[in-house]
Order: sequence, then C-alpha cells, then structure tokens
Amino acid sequence: MAAIKIAASAHYVPEKKVTNDDLSQLMDTSDEWISSRTGIHQRHISCGENTADLCTKVAQELLKKSRLTADQLDLIIVATMSPDCYTPATAAIVQGNIQAVNAAAFDVSAACSGFVYALTTAKAMMGLPSYQRVMVIGGEVLSKVIDWTDRTTAVLFGDGAAGVVLENSETTSSKFLSEDLETYGDLADRLQAGSTAPLQKFPANSPHHFEAFKMNGRDVYTFATHKVPLSIETAVKRSGLELEQVDWFILHQANSRIISQIAKRLKQPLAKFPMNIAEYGNTSGASVPLLFDELAEAGQIKAGQIIVLSGFGGGLTVGTQVIKY
Amino acid sequence: MTKEEILTKVKEIVAEQLDVDQEKVTMNANIKDDLEADSLDVFEIMNELEDDLDIKLEADENVQTIEDVVNYVKKELDAK
Repeated sequence: MAAIKIAASAHYVPEKKVTNDDLSQLMDTSDEWISSRTGIHQRHISCGENTADLCTKVAQELLKKSRLTADQLDLIIVATMSPDCYTPATAAIVQGNIQAVNAAAFDVSAACSGFVYALTTAKAMMGLPSYQRVMVIGGEVLSKVIDWTDRTTAVLFGDGAAGVVLENSETTSSKFLSEDLETYGDLADRLQAGSTAPLQKFPANSPHHFEAFKMNGRDVYTFATHKVPLSIETAVKRSGLELEQVDWFILHQANSRIISQIAKRLKQPLAKFPMNIAEYGNTSGASVPLLFDELAEAGQIKAGQIIVLSGFGGGLTVGTQVIKY
Repeated sequence: MTKEEILTKVKEIVAEQLDVDQEKVTMNANIKDDLEADSLDVFEIMNELEDDLDIKLEADENVQTIEDVVNYVKKELDAK
C-alpha cells in the first residue's frame, strides 16, 4: 500500500537580520531582557519581499531538491497568517509564479499551527487519486502586521518561509502515523492580528480599519504549556507508540522557555527538543518546517526515526503530527 | 488549608521554578526583586499552584511578595 514520504524540504529567509541590540535602539528593551525571556537573539525581516515571494523561493528550491517539474504537482497548500491579500490565496500566487499549471492551490489559516493543519489536510487529500504530489509551505511576513511601537510583541517575531514536498510512494518505509488537531475558539481574542471592522454606516466616513498584532501573554503561555503536551500525548498514543520512542519533538518556535516547560511536562529530555529560535524568532506558520529543514539538512533527522511536529498559537489552535521519517 | 500549609506548597513550587533554596522563600521575600523571578516565572508559579490546588488565579500584577501569593491562594481556596 502506498504511504506518504517527505521527498524534500527547503527554507528561505530574508537577508536582513535585526538583532536585539538593533531593537533596543528603537524601543525600550535590551538584549538581556529579550534573550532571557524568549531565547531570541535576532530575527530576519523582509524589506520588499511579501509572503508569496518568500514562499515562491521555497517552492523553487523544493522543485530542485525533489527533481520534480512544476507541472507534476497536484496541490499546493500554503499555511500563513500574513497573506499578501484576502484574495487571491498566497498559494495561488505561488502556483502562478512557478507555473504549476496542474496544481490546485489554497491557503490554510491556523496561525502558528498552520503548517501542521496544512500537513494534515494534505495527508487526507492524498487519499484521493488526484492528489499524489503535494507541496506544503508555511510562510510569513509578520513584520507587516506587527505594531513596532509595542515592545511586548515586536521583539518576538521574524519573517521566513519553509516547506516540504510530499509524495505517495509504494516503496517508502516512511509513514504519517497519526495526528491531533485541537481548536479553542473561546480563546480567539487572546491572540489576534489584522482584525477588521464592518462599516458603521453607509456610505462610510472613515478609512478601513486594520489592527496590528496583539496578544494576552499569560493566557497564551498557559495555553501552550498545558494544551501542547496534551495534544502531543494524544497524537503519540494514537500512533500506538510511547513518548520514549519519539526521537525528535519539532515544536513551533514561539519561546524557548515554553518549549522547556512542554518538555518538562512530557517528562522528556530537552535534548529531544531542538531549537533555532535564537536566529529566527517566532516565524509562526514557517517555524516548524524551518526547523525541520535545518535538521534534515544537517543530517540530524535520519530515516526510520519517529518525529513529532507540533504547532500552537492563534485560534487558539494546537496541531500535532507523528511521522516515521 | 491553613496559611502554613499553603506556604509550604508555595515554597516548594517557587524553589523548584526559580532554582533557589526553600529557606530563601520567606513570607517577606519579594518575588521579582529578592528571588529574581521574571514575568514568565510568575506565570509558571501561578500555573503550578492552579494545577496543584484546583483554583483559578487571574491577575498576577498585584502579587509582589510570597505573603501576597499565600493570601491570594487562601482567598481563592476559601471562595471555592
């Protein structure tokens, strides 16, 4: 029976790096404050490139690495909370840019869980005969939705994109084993970006309303440290495995201390929770595939290993995939 | 739960979270100034107390000292 394999992974981040010291010139903060609370030392910020541009770079790299031609793709899913526009979908722009003329394309909006939600969507659609080769990309230009005067959130985020190509294969030993997706819509207002408002009267007498990123730090921290371990436990249990059998926990890079707490609650060694937040900050939907690709490139992820991918954030949402690589 | 029992629980959790000796966790100790906790430490201390004692601790801004924590926990336990 055919199983899904990850044929390639890739990432792209904008060239410009902004350090904590750079930010301390703009707002009342410091390298010590940011790094001790978050683990972040710098982030990449896009100047001139939008989300679809970053995702297109990843898509081109994915084609090169997987040795597929664009017309062989059946589906492109982009996970993003910072799309270029309401419509078209970022995935459609990417499809056009790489001329993947046979691919359907749409976006998934589940913020920092988006990549795992998109992978789960891809896994389900790959059960249909028409979708055998699928590109899943997480991409964000968060710098355009951040309030750069709010030091409590501005220091946290970065821009970037990363993704994978999935293929149904008769010969692979890899497998997508199990998943768990949870949504807590009653906590929707705890983390919001890009809120809009309806007209209050017609004709309207005010410009369109758009709100920057805002977050209730404690509620999101509590949510992440409680619900992510539960989701991981649920997904791993569904795979028939034990937590001890997991080789790598690739978690959304929101905050190194949140990841440490999750490791503690799962009673798993922190060494199984790799991190790259120091270099990239929180890149929302891009962070899970960005870390995955770095580990794959470095040869740290090996065939046959059990990998947990888990994202958490706006929605509030949490999503976990358990994969045999 | 008496105040003494709550203090014992708070000492245990604060010492573990902040990696300090339990003797330093006195009623008068200021969590941020004396015990060097930052905002995330305070979140985690509140979370642990919530989980262990099955109470909900909302605001943490007004909690300065260990005594404040003990009194806050006592109030929430009594209100249960």
